[in-house]
Amino acid sequence: MPAVSKGDGMRGLAVFISDIRNCKSKEAEIKRINKELANIRSKFKGDKALDGYSKKKYVCKLLFIFLLGHDIDFGHMEAVNLLSSNRYTEKQIGYLFISVLVNSNSELIRLINNAIKNDLASRNPTFMGLALHCIANVGSREMAEAFAGEIPKILVAGDTMDSVKQSAALCLLRLYRTSPDLVPMGDWTSRVVHLLNDQHLGVVTAATSLITTLAQKNPEEFKTSVSLAVSRLSRIVTSASTDLQDYTYYFVPAPWLSVKLLRLLQCYPPPEDPAVRGRLTECLETILNKAQEPPKSKKVQHSNAKNAVLFEAISLIIHHDSEPNLLVRACNQLGQFLQHRETNLRYLALESMCTLASSEFSHEAVKTHIETVINALKTERDVSVRQRAVDLLYAMCDRSNAQQIVAEMLSYLETADYSIREEIVLKVAILAEKYAVDYTWYVDTILNLIRIAGDYVSEEVWYRVIQIVINRDDVQGYAAKTVFEALQAPACHENLVKVGGYILGEFGNLIAGDPRSSPLIQFNLLHSKFHLCSVPTRALLLSTYIKFVNLFPEVKTTIQDVLRSDSQLKNADVELQQRAVEYLRLSTVASTDILATVLEEMPPFPERESSILAKLKKKKGPNTVTDLEDAKRERSADVNGGPEPAPASAASTPSPSADLLGLGATPPAPVGPPPSSGGLLVDVFSDSPSAVAPLAPGSEDNFARFVCKNNGVLFENQLLQIGLKSEFRQNLGRMFIFYGNKTSTQFLNFTPTLICSDDLQTNLSLQTKPVDPTVDGGAQVQQVVNIECVSDFTEAPVLNIQFRYGGTFQNVSVKLPITLNKFFQPTEMASQDFFQRWKQLSSPQQEVQNIFKAKHPMDTEITKAKIIGFGSALLEDVDPNPANFVGAGIIHTKTTQIGCLLRLEPNLQAQMYRLTLRTSKETVSQRLCELLSEQF
Amino acid sequence: MQFMLLFSRQGKLRLQKWYVPLSDKEKKKITRELVQTVLARKPKMCSFLEWRDLKIVYKRYASLYFCCAIEDQDNELITLEIIHRYVELLDKYFGSVCELDIIFNFEKAYFILDEFLLGGEVQETSKKNVLKAIEQADLLQEVS
Repeated sequence: MPAVSKGDGMRGLAVFISDIRNCKSKEAEIKRINKELANIRSKFKGDKALDGYSKKKYVCKLLFIFLLGHDIDFGHMEAVNLLSSNRYTEKQIGYLFISVLVNSNSELIRLINNAIKNDLASRNPTFMGLALHCIANVGSREMAEAFAGEIPKILVAGDTMDSVKQSAALCLLRLYRTSPDLVPMGDWTSRVVHLLNDQHLGVVTAATSLITTLAQKNPEEFKTSVSLAVSRLSRIVTSASTDLQDYTYYFVPAPWLSVKLLRLLQCYPPPEDPAVRGRLTECLETILNKAQEPPKSKKVQHSNAKNAVLFEAISLIIHHDSEPNLLVRACNQLGQFLQHRETNLRYLALESMCTLASSEFSHEAVKTHIETVINALKTERDVSVRQRAVDLLYAMCDRSNAQQIVAEMLSYLETADYSIREEIVLKVAILAEKYAVDYTWYVDTILNLIRIAGDYVSEEVWYRVIQIVINRDDVQGYAAKTVFEALQAPACHENLVKVGGYILGEFGNLIAGDPRSSPLIQFNLLHSKFHLCSVPTRALLLSTYIKFVNLFPEVKTTIQDVLRSDSQLKNADVELQQRAVEYLRLSTVASTDILATVLEEMPPFPERESSILAKLKKKKGPNTVTDLEDAKRERSADVNGGPEPAPASAASTPSPSADLLGLGATPPAPVGPPPSSGGLLVDVFSDSPSAVAPLAPGSEDNFARFVCKNNGVLFENQLLQIGLKSEFRQNLGRMFIFYGNKTSTQFLNFTPTLICSDDLQTNLSLQTKPVDPTVDGGAQVQQVVNIECVSDFTEAPVLNIQFRYGGTFQNVSVKLPITLNKFFQPTEMASQDFFQRWKQLSSPQQEVQNIFKAKHPMDTEITKAKIIGFGSALLEDVDPNPANFVGAGIIHTKTTQIGCLLRLEPNLQAQMYRLTLRTSKETVSQRLCELLSEQF
Repeated sequence: MQFMLLFSRQGKLRLQKWYVPLSDKEKKKITRELVQTVLARKPKMCSFLEWRDLKIVYKRYASLYFCCAIEDQDNELITLEIIHRYVELLDKYFGSVCELDIIFNFEKAYFILDEFLLGGEVQETSKKNVLKAIEQADLLQEVS
């Protein structure tokens, strides 16, 4: 018997439990239970009315039996009776029984609801608590219907006890999760938000959970919770470790509440109000700082609670993805944990870094930990930790480290746990395809996959390698040679036979010149595997044989003999038999020409999303495997000022995968007609009469990104990527345009054209040569444009590209970022000179001013970088107000030089800027002001 | 949190609390699968594992395993401390709690859990406040 039996012990129950525990066998236990069930049934059915205590005791026994794993089909009514007892102890057992054994018997639910209603109205906080717990535990729709309107009132009523408020909050949360449609939003919502300010930390804790869940679905309605949550969090993280009394847990102030508040903040973007934002940043910094302090206790509870808050803070930093400084600190902190002696922390660090890897600010920082992660893959003893390491390697992979990562994953695969092999195979296949510069490497990788883990290579993987080999003629010979060599192994995986059979059937002729791989040797090699293979593989090989008949007339008779043999012609399998008969007949009756037509090389496969990626997504759920590149692109689309420009997500081609990540969601609003009407084609080489396409969506944004920089990706869709590299000196410039074919199919009639309006043409002279009209799959062609600025100009030239891709006509237009500021030469000058010139340029035509709202975070360093990128000198210590930026430079044109001064005054409070330009020419002031205003 | 299970080293279920609606059959299946998975793990292994689309957080106290299933967004470490705080509450209430206390007073274990966690969320983290609520209820039982 236990040492303590508080409250009223139910002796009968204890005896029964002892009996059960003393049963030597399962049979004995069942016998004892059946005896008890019979006893209880007879008591319940008996004539004598049971007193409350007995009823409670029997209900409790039934509950125990149920919890042992036996079915209970009676006693519900007695439990419901207990609910209306005035004795707390009986009521409590009644509610427990209902909570555990809820039955959707609607008759009973009505009775239960009735009892709950009475208790809620009783104004007795203990009874109200029991009733609320029951609703929260059962959470059925019927209960939501009955109480979803009532509970918010209890929650926000002034006279409700704290403990009841807590239960009401979480009870409402449970109902909202089951039946959101039944929980009405209303006046109470704003009052619930104010519970974040409540004095009682328990109330705040419960309310925060409720608010978080509600805010996820109704962010607008709960927007005010952000500032309240930040100030509450700030008070907690800055409090001394004893301030919060019983809410301090092993020297960590209110860890549960802190985690919940940080979760709530993850429902929103970074706060707009700079004061709130600043306060939050301080909180996050404090949390990161505390991680570096020596622990206040050696207990694992202390470090767990502290790190729980830290990890949640890091999640918030990653969610905001806007403060490079915090992201890098987070990454460093996780880097420390990667080598921590606690397995739990290593696991979480790997997991958390995975999400960090997809932020453009921290991707590089994450990559520096590659050796540690590879080491984890090799040395961790726990498979779940190794799994995290694989995930992280996958997430941090890019072109620079793909070869290393793929090699490490392949070598890990040899010893990997069976449970995760298939996933690793998929990941390797995806990375190898995605980052292949050299497709021979890709072919080698996939064949290695089949060699190492053939059983785990799904159809999608080997279908894909065949698709790629067929679509890329530069790798076909290599593939044929490699599979031929791989097939030499005495025991090779059936998947290799499939790939080998298919590839040799298509491209065996490319290696047939070598006497070591003559047609007959190829055939004999394949046929030596034939009898070991399953029916589908044999069927595939028969198709290879008939392809051989076409490719290699010299082995025709050998193959006909094989097809004619009884084991083929009379094969029990219908499919094999039919193929043998038909192929044999075809090889006999058809002329060489007909054979050549029927058995022609496979045409290229249409481009589509890799079926392997689809499979991995399916395996892991659509949200867990976002395509890294796409995710990065999506993120950077709204974060300007990053090191790399975000290629616009414009997709002018109907591709089946275009909308996978919702990237195509931007309405394809063409940015007005190109300024080409009546314009002159600088470069008339196009023989296509087609009209010029409207500007691609996103073109304006991308254009703006190039105002302060010269290199990067100007445009990208499913088919085509356009990159730029340019240099300018005085009034001359040269721009390299790179056109990359992202598909594996040729672009035909590829014709880029530069279009300038009449106006622009007199002020800006562009010279270029035509490019080769054919762009091979995966290839990149370059075009050079020589630029001369004759006089200042406002418009920008348009680059129109037309080509044919797989039978469809493609037409893309983008604005080419050649802007007036490119012809800036910076001028350094002292404060005195600056203001002297500033005063000289004071006539109203010379000054242009613009006041505008900040579109991006107001970061001093980024602003400086942009002004320098704009082309002017950045003059330090010139403006009396150190927060202001001033710059100076000269615009060079062929005809004249124009001195320019600029001044940018940020107003952090209002999140506004005032930009003033003074130059000796009105149009120049105007244009420079326009261009620069768009940058902040 | 989606559910919490307490089971012994022998795989006997001692307490089950479900915060999502599931059929009895499904509950039994999950329990069987998880008990097996967790018991198969070695002592020094990490306390977290992925299971279906959930995260499992577990910890062993003497002969009992405490095992919670949380969602993708939830915090593993704080869940580990939810388990610990619950153990502390049981310990304080029973006075160095052992598996037998939970077997013989299973209803109390449920009552304490309900004061601490409700609807799968932490309701009250203060040890004092939770125990005060339970002791008040005990007092009510004695006088009634």
